[in-house]
Amino acid sequence: MKPCTTLAGMLLFCAMAIISFTAAAQDAPGLEMNGFVEVLGGLRLRDDPYEQDASVMEQRLQIECRGYADVFDVQYRGDVYADWVLEEVKYDTRELWFFTRPTEYMDVKIGRQILTWGTGDLVFLNDLFPKDWQSFFIGRDPEYLKAPSDAVKLGFFSDIVNVDLVYTPQFDPDRYITGEYISHWSPLSGNIAGDKAAVAVHTPDTWFDDHEIAIRVHKNVNNYEYALYGYRGFWKTPDYDALFREKNHHRLHVYGGSVRGSVFSGIGNLELAYYRSPDDSEGSNPSVSNSEIRGLIGYTQDIAKDCNLSVQYFLEAMLDYDEYEETAGKTKKDEYRHVLTIQATKLLLNQTLELSVPVYYSPSDNDGYLRPRITYDYTDDASFVIGGNLFFGDDSSTFFGQLKNNTNVYTAFRLTF
Amino acid sequence: MKRIAKMVVMVAALLFAGLAIAKAEEPGVREIVDHSNYVSLYQGDDSKGKLQFIITDKQGRTRKRVLNILRKDTGADGGDQKYFTCFIAPSDVRNMTFMVHKHADIGHDDDRWLYMPGLDLVKRIAASDKRTSFVGSDFLYEDISGRSPEEDDHELVETTDRFYVIKNTPKKGGVEFDYYLASIDKKTGIAMKLEYYKKNDVLYRDIVVKEVQNVPAGDNMYPTVTRSVARDYEKGSSTEMIFSGIVYDTGIRDNVFTERYLRKPSRDVLR
Repeated sequence: MKPCTTLAGMLLFCAMAIISFTAAAQDAPGLEMNGFVEVLGGLRLRDDPYEQDASVMEQRLQIECRGYADVFDVQYRGDVYADWVLEEVKYDTRELWFFTRPTEYMDVKIGRQILTWGTGDLVFLNDLFPKDWQSFFIGRDPEYLKAPSDAVKLGFFSDIVNVDLVYTPQFDPDRYITGEYISHWSPLSGNIAGDKAAVAVHTPDTWFDDHEIAIRVHKNVNNYEYALYGYRGFWKTPDYDALFREKNHHRLHVYGGSVRGSVFSGIGNLELAYYRSPDDSEGSNPSVSNSEIRGLIGYTQDIAKDCNLSVQYFLEAMLDYDEYEETAGKTKKDEYRHVLTIQATKLLLNQTLELSVPVYYSPSDNDGYLRPRITYDYTDDASFVIGGNLFFGDDSSTFFGQLKNNTNVYTAFRLTF
Repeated sequence: MKRIAKMVVMVAALLFAGLAIAKAEEPGVREIVDHSNYVSLYQGDDSKGKLQFIITDKQGRTRKRVLNILRKDTGADGGDQKYFTCFIAPSDVRNMTFMVHKHADIGHDDDRWLYMPGLDLVKRIAASDKRTSFVGSDFLYEDISGRSPEEDDHELVETTDRFYVIKNTPKKGGVEFDYYLASIDKKTGIAMKLEYYKKNDVLYRDIVVKEVQNVPAGDNMYPTVTRSVARDYEKGSSTEMIFSGIVYDTGIRDNVFTERYLRKPSRDVLR
């Protein structure tokens, strides 16, 4: 972030904080304020020559402010945090939007907002809204997995079908792994690298030209939720170009569908997506991602009192593998990437203690990821978290295998107000 | 002959009238149970209000949950319903919404959705076990959205001046209690006390109604439980539930109980 935008953000945050606290103190009608302060710290369990021993170390203040008028709502949510890994004070606007319901058949939401759709549980196929895996892997609250979009969301509702249309005038990439917090596979060096091996990334950023359009057409039939999706934009993480030693976001079109509903005594979901890579429709350019088919099937059920188990199988299939194989270098991806996820969640002590163990395992990459997390609400306003991010894998170029040295444990304490 | 016929008719009429009066005085068990089920869950076509739970654990620590709740009947009395809740407190779940499409048929699980605003995530919740805690309180899901009278065998064990005491024994296993006693107010039909027993008549949990208010709606007057306490003797915890701001027959539209409103509730649910 540029210093001037950070400064502007900080000023906005301070202004919102003053407005919120004043409004809360006077109990102003139509205005509400919430927020939290949090201390989060984490340590690497393995030696990582490219990163610090602390995987995360930060103090955070979040302010959320909501305003309700007769015909519209506004909301602001922003974070200021002291980041001791980067040794910086940072600001992040999570939400700043205006919402109105102009007719019985239409919703409009304009501004910075968090957007999610699709049926996967921590697996995304037709949801091309920005993610922040870096935050997720160092142990920030799961809500930080979703990065905000600057967009207009229109919802049209009828008895026949419902349509959501999201227009993002300037491309919002993922907050992908850069080496700042997490070491990862670098195609440049052909090895694991940290932030010092960062290469130039060209992010399409021309307003109203490098834009994204996402659409969802959905309908609920007897509580089976059917949806069709479309997306035109860019690959959310950049591809490496070996020739120019740079990274680029290439164009991407996605078409897909999903269904979710009751199956036996649980919930089943099925989702498919076709990722078309128009900048390399032949699949022969190694510096552009191949077109893919992605599929997901999942099932979740309560297996005991306050105990839930969810199982998902996820497949990524490259469509022009022969062409890819001919041009790819030494470290080739497999044609099919299979991932199995299992998540068990148990609530105890009047639902104030939550134990959860999501496991990701890829039999094709022979790597995986464990994310045990214990959350305890000591009071309504104070909570503790202890968790870990455990990566394993034989190969340092696979998705989870490359993150092996980032295996960490963390703890957090949060006070909400 | 004519006189005899007349007398027969009169006797028959008297007999029937007598039976009818007897019936009015002592309705059948199933009738009592159905009426009580109606009074606790189906009065009016819809209702809305604010629910507060004050949960006190064994150590005496208290927690508070506040939520707004909407209910709409989609079928006949005793049939399917839709529920919509929006959390007000504690602040970490503020504006989280929860929706239930309740199915009265046994064997047809309710459909439940949870919306987490921080992630903009609509989660579908597997709903197989209705006897789990509601929002971490000592009330269970089934205490809020109702236990179908079809699930139990009912037996009138005692009639006092004020109450019918009914013993309800589950037809099928899979529930944590052996039977429960419901003391149903003769006048209002409200179950003023529910006592849950485990094997060997061990009382382990009860719900006691502390306050009932008559809530007017048009020409009707609906007796409504406004304060009740659930106690779990095994865990040593208790929860007081306060229902306020109650309005019946508000004319809530059906589309409020859809994903659209789950993601962005209508104003009157938020407040």
